[in-house]
Amino acid sequence: MNARPAELTRATFDVERVRADFPILQIEVEGKPLVYLDNAASSQMPQPVIDRLVRYQSTEHANIHRAVHTLSERATAAYEEARVKLQRFINAPDEREVIFTSGTTEAINLVMHGYGRKFIKAGDEIILTTLEHHSNIVPWQMLAEETGAVIRVLPISDAGELCLDQFEPLFNARTRLVGMSHVSNALGSINPVKQMIAVAHRHGVPVLVDGAQAAPHMPVDVQDLDCDFYAFSGHKLCGPTGIGVLYGKAALLEKMQPFKGGGDMILSVSFEKTVYNAIPYKFEAGTPPIAAAIGLGAAVDYVSALGMDAIARHEHALLQYATGQLNDLPGLRLIGTAQHKAAVLSFTLDGIHPHDVGTLLNQEGIAVRTGHHCAQPVMTRFKVPATTRASFAFYNTMAEVDALTAGIRSVQKMFA
Amino acid sequence: MAASKALYQEVILDHNKKPRNYGTLEHPSHHAEGHNPLCGDHLHVALQLQDETIDRIAFHGESCAICKASASMMTAAVKGKTRADAQALTQEFLAMVTGKLDLSQPNQIGRLAVFAGLHDLPTRVKCAILPWHTLQAAFNSQGTASTEA
Repeated sequence: MNARPAELTRATFDVERVRADFPILQIEVEGKPLVYLDNAASSQMPQPVIDRLVRYQSTEHANIHRAVHTLSERATAAYEEARVKLQRFINAPDEREVIFTSGTTEAINLVMHGYGRKFIKAGDEIILTTLEHHSNIVPWQMLAEETGAVIRVLPISDAGELCLDQFEPLFNARTRLVGMSHVSNALGSINPVKQMIAVAHRHGVPVLVDGAQAAPHMPVDVQDLDCDFYAFSGHKLCGPTGIGVLYGKAALLEKMQPFKGGGDMILSVSFEKTVYNAIPYKFEAGTPPIAAAIGLGAAVDYVSALGMDAIARHEHALLQYATGQLNDLPGLRLIGTAQHKAAVLSFTLDGIHPHDVGTLLNQEGIAVRTGHHCAQPVMTRFKVPATTRASFAFYNTMAEVDALTAGIRSVQKMFA
Repeated sequence: MAASKALYQEVILDHNKKPRNYGTLEHPSHHAEGHNPLCGDHLHVALQLQDETIDRIAFHGESCAICKASASMMTAAVKGKTRADAQALTQEFLAMVTGKLDLSQPNQIGRLAVFAGLHDLPTRVKCAILPWHTLQAAFNSQGTASTEA
């Protein structure tokens, strides 16, 4: 596909109007208009979210759940309102099932400490996949080291798709948890999580879904998926850093032990006995990132107003166009060619190291990620030390795909 | 022209394509393995010291162009030098790429000055210094060097 499918997206999605909402997309890098293609690492923030943060700090800030004064009431209301916005965003049945964390990593660590350390014992098994980000590998290795639990890994195909036929045989009477990404950060593969959750549930095993790369790019319905836990980050979703969400089914959250101890997570404290607060507060010790949570609430309002379906369609058109353009470049190898993909293109260039590609593309104002993308098992699977990764968001354009293609051509010419 | 493009044209066209002293040495007196765990780059430096002078030196490995060119130019620069002179040059090189060397003062940098622009590219400084750290590890019989040690 070489022609730009502009009409396809223009009908439903006015990308130029959307771009006008993002101040940072107007800047220049190295004297060139910024082409920001590192959205899988972190996305940019639109003006309405920036404005919401300013309004909070200017007129609403105080500590929450504490004092009776006006500002504390305003801050508490805004914080809890953000929780409800997030609940609706993922269609969680109950706002108490939405726990604010510092991000996906902390959300997964919360499940490891709160659920894993209580219910996973020596000889028990945890199923992960080769596609996982280090944040959904390392906490489970730490648990396995501590408890003597065993990690089993579902492999992937040459296309970067999970080997589904090998999934069910991994289960046995000792399987206690499945941890899997909804979308691979390194390759973009969209995993059939709903189908896999059904398999796990047939064996009575709960499933934690790492949704960091899915929640910003497609509609997520935790009730439809029937996942037991779903984790994602704010800063990949046009929100601030330092905020994320763990969704968990109330019945599981209530059985779990707190992750961190401190204020706000208790009902009463004496040196003889401390009574923990109810969910979600049991898991939100200390003063949370109030502003960041409110900002994330504004961010999900923003993307919801654009429509997650419209976002997914626009990004899919970008993916199709970019895949065609990159496949036309001799010496370029796409890593990750799953049938169902998010708009992530990981690639290598013959004879050119990804770090050189990244530095030289930056000279053209193009921001891409290079390296192992915190997914070294994926790199090992494809026998590459690193890749260059272009990852798109809804504010990217077909013209930016052309800029990327031209940039790669010019790097290849330099190395020819 | 931007600093990095100028840098790349100087070093890549020559040393990345045709690295000097690329390969292995049989029975080296000193050798070490260098790793950059952040990007997966690794290289092996081996040398033969004869009366405290570097008689032969070779490197091989897998790395980006900046690292490979730095290794290539390093081996060319230190061959025939004494261990002490090679160590002094290493210190000057490290100072230069981190922007701490006054190039207007007398120095041994010579052609290595093409790497001076690196202090404008802080994310790539580690690529250039890995071969030099590995050389020091070889001298010290440490066996391995890492950019993250």
